Amino acid sequence: MKNITNKMRGKQIFIPIVALVLLALFNLIVDPSFYKVTMDVNSAGNPVLSGYLITILDYGSELAILAIGMTLVTAASGGQDISVGATVAIAGSVILRVLCGTNSRPETLQAPVIVAFLVACLAAMACGAFNGLLVAKFNIQPMIATLILFTAGRSIAAWINNNELPVISEESFGVYGGFIPGIPIPTPVFIMLICVLVTGLALKYTNLGLYTQAVGINASSSRLNGLNPAFIKFLAFVILGLCVAVVGLIKVSRLSSINYSVIAKDIEMDAILAVALGGNALSGGKFNMAASILGAYVIQFLTTTLYKFNVDSAALSAYKAVVVIALVVSSAPVVRKKFAGLAKKLKPQAKEVA
Amino acid sequence: MKRKIVSVLLCSAMVATMAMGCGGKEEPAEEAKDGGKDGGLIKVGIINNDPNESGFRTANDKDLKEMFTKENGYDASFAYSLKNDEQITAAQKFIQDGVDYLLLSAADTSGWDSVLKDAQDAGTRVVLFDRTIDADEELYEASIVSDMKKEGETAATWLKDQELSEYNIIHLQGVMGSAAQKGRSEALDVMAKEEGWNIVTQQTAEWNAEKAQQIVQSAIDAGQKFNVIYAENDDMAKGAVAALDKANMSHGVGKDVVIMGFDCNKWALEELLAQNWNYDGQCNPFQAKYIDEVIQKIEKGEEIEEKTIVMEEKGFDATTITQEDVDTYGI
Repeated sequence: MKNITNKMRGKQIFIPIVALVLLALFNLIVDPSFYKVTMDVNSAGNPVLSGYLITILDYGSELAILAIGMTLVTAASGGQDISVGATVAIAGSVILRVLCGTNSRPETLQAPVIVAFLVACLAAMACGAFNGLLVAKFNIQPMIATLILFTAGRSIAAWINNNELPVISEESFGVYGGFIPGIPIPTPVFIMLICVLVTGLALKYTNLGLYTQAVGINASSSRLNGLNPAFIKFLAFVILGLCVAVVGLIKVSRLSSINYSVIAKDIEMDAILAVALGGNALSGGKFNMAASILGAYVIQFLTTTLYKFNVDSAALSAYKAVVVIALVVSSAPVVRKKFAGLAKKLKPQAKEVA
Repeated sequence: MKRKIVSVLLCSAMVATMAMGCGGKEEPAEEAKDGGKDGGLIKVGIINNDPNESGFRTANDKDLKEMFTKENGYDASFAYSLKNDEQITAAQKFIQDGVDYLLLSAADTSGWDSVLKDAQDAGTRVVLFDRTIDADEELYEASIVSDMKKEGETAATWLKDQELSEYNIIHLQGVMGSAAQKGRSEALDVMAKEEGWNIVTQQTAEWNAEKAQQIVQSAIDAGQKFNVIYAENDDMAKGAVAALDKANMSHGVGKDVVIMGFDCNKWALEELLAQNWNYDGQCNPFQAKYIDEVIQKIEKGEEIEEKTIVMEEKGFDATTITQEDVDTYGI
C-alpha cells in the first residue's frame, strides 16, 4: 500500500484521486446509503439502474467530455475557452432546428438524428474554428477571443430557431440523454467512454499529445523544431468544438427541448475547474488527460453530495466554493512542495516532479 | 506592429460584440424623428429587456410590437438591453428625440432618478411595465406589474383545494432573490406553515430544467416520499417530470405526483391538456393592453387614480383547461 502511495505521490493524477477518496469517505461515514444502487423500471418499461453513483456517472459524463477538449485547449494555448456553454446552446439549437424543420413542434422527426448531430458538429467546430483562428492566427488571448461567442452565443442559438422553443415528442430522441431500451446504464456513460477511447487512441498513436505540450511549453522553440504552433492551437479549439457538439446532443436529448438562456449555464467554469482539479497548469504545457476527466467526476460528485445533504439553496454555491478552494489550494505547486517536503522528512523521497 | 494589429482586432471584436449584443437590435431613431411629421401619432420609446432572455420576454416583446403600431396611432421605437446603464443611455436618447411616452422595463431597480427627472423636464411621460424601480412615484405615471405573491397564493390555494390526504412537497425555487422567486416561495411557505404541509426538499434550480432534474433525482435516490412538485417555472417542472419518468413515478391528474408550474408556456399548457401536469400559474406578459389604456386616459386628460396597476393573472387546472386557453394564454 505504501509503495503505491509513494509511486502515486509524484504523479499528477494523485490530486483528483485524493479529492475523490476524501469525498467518498465523507459520504461513507455520514450516510452509507449514498452508495446504494437499485434496479428499477422506468416509465417506458425498461430496466434502469438508479442511485447516487449512477447520477454522478450520468451527469459527470457531460463534464468529462468537455474536460477532454478543454484540457487540449488549455495545454496548447495556455488559456481557456469560456464560450463552451454558449456554443453548447448553439449546437443544441442546431440539432433541434434540423430535427424539427420549420415546424417547432413536429409529430415526427424531419431528419435522422445522425444528420442533425453531424450538422451540429459542423456548427460547433465552426465556432471552435472561429475561436481558434482568433487565438492562433491573431494571437488574441483565449479568454478575450472566446468572450465574443460567450456574449453572443446564446442570442445566436435563439436566432437559429427563430426564438421559438422546439419540443420533440418523438420518444426515441430521449435515448442519448437517457437509456437505451434494455440497457440499464445511462447512455451518456457510453458516449463518454467512446470519447475517452477515441481521445486515448489519438494520444497514443498520433503526435497530438506531444505536439500540443510542445507548443504549450514553448511555441517558438516548437516552431524551430518544425511544428506549426498556430495550427496545433487551432486544432485544439476545433476538437473542443467537437466535444461541445456531443454535449449539446446529450443536453437537448435529456429534455427533448432547449432553453437558450440557461442550457449548460456556467458549464465552462466547471470544465475549467475540472482541468485545474486534474492538476494541469492553466498556463499551458504539460497535461494529464485522465486527471482532467477524473476531475470532472469529482466536481459532479461534489454537486450531487451537496444536493443529497439538502444544503440550503442560498448557501449552495458558498459550500461549493469552500470545497473548491480547499481542493485547488491543496493542489497548488507551493502547497504540494510543502507536502513533499514533509514526506521527505518522514522518508527520503526520490521521485518528485516539480 | 503585431501589437497594433492585435489591439485593432480587439477593438473591432468589442465593437462587433456590442453591435450583436444591443446596437444591432436598436431600431433606427430616424423613424421616430420622421414620425413627428405624420401628426396625430403618439411617439413612444420602449425600453425592454432582451427578448431572447426567456419565452416570457419574447411574448412580451411580441405583444408590445403588435399594440404599438401606426394603425393603432403609435409611432414606436424599441431599445433592448439587459444592462441598466445601456438602458439609461437609450432612455436619454429617447428623451432627446422628444418621445411623448417612455415605456420602461428596467433591468435594475436603482439608478433611474436623474434620467426620469430629465424626462419630466422634457415633458416626456414615463410608464413602467413589468418591473418596478426605486424612484419617487411622482416621476412616473403608472407602473404595470405582476403580483408574484398573488400568483403564488393562487397556486397555493389551488393546492389546498385539492384536499390531498397528505402533502409532501418538493419545492423548486428560481434564482434566489428574484422577484418571481420571492413572491412564489413566500406564498407556499406561508401556506405550508398554516396547513402543516411537509416540505421535503426546498432548493433552487435557478430556473434551470437540468438542475431541477438533478434535485428531484437526488430526492428519489434518497428514497424520500413526496407527492407534490411545486416548481416556480415551467422549465423546472419539466426537468422534475423527466426525473420522475426515469424512476417510473406516475404524475398528473389522478396519479401519484401532482405537478405544478408557472409562466404558462404553450408546451406546458399542452402538458396540462394531456393531464400530465396538474396546474400552471400565469405570469402575464400581455401588458400592452394595460399600457395602451393608461396612455389613452392621459391623452384624454383623465387622471390615473392608482399608480400601481396589478394585472389579472390566472391559474389553470388540468381538469378544466381547454384548447382555447392553450391558444389564448400560451406564450
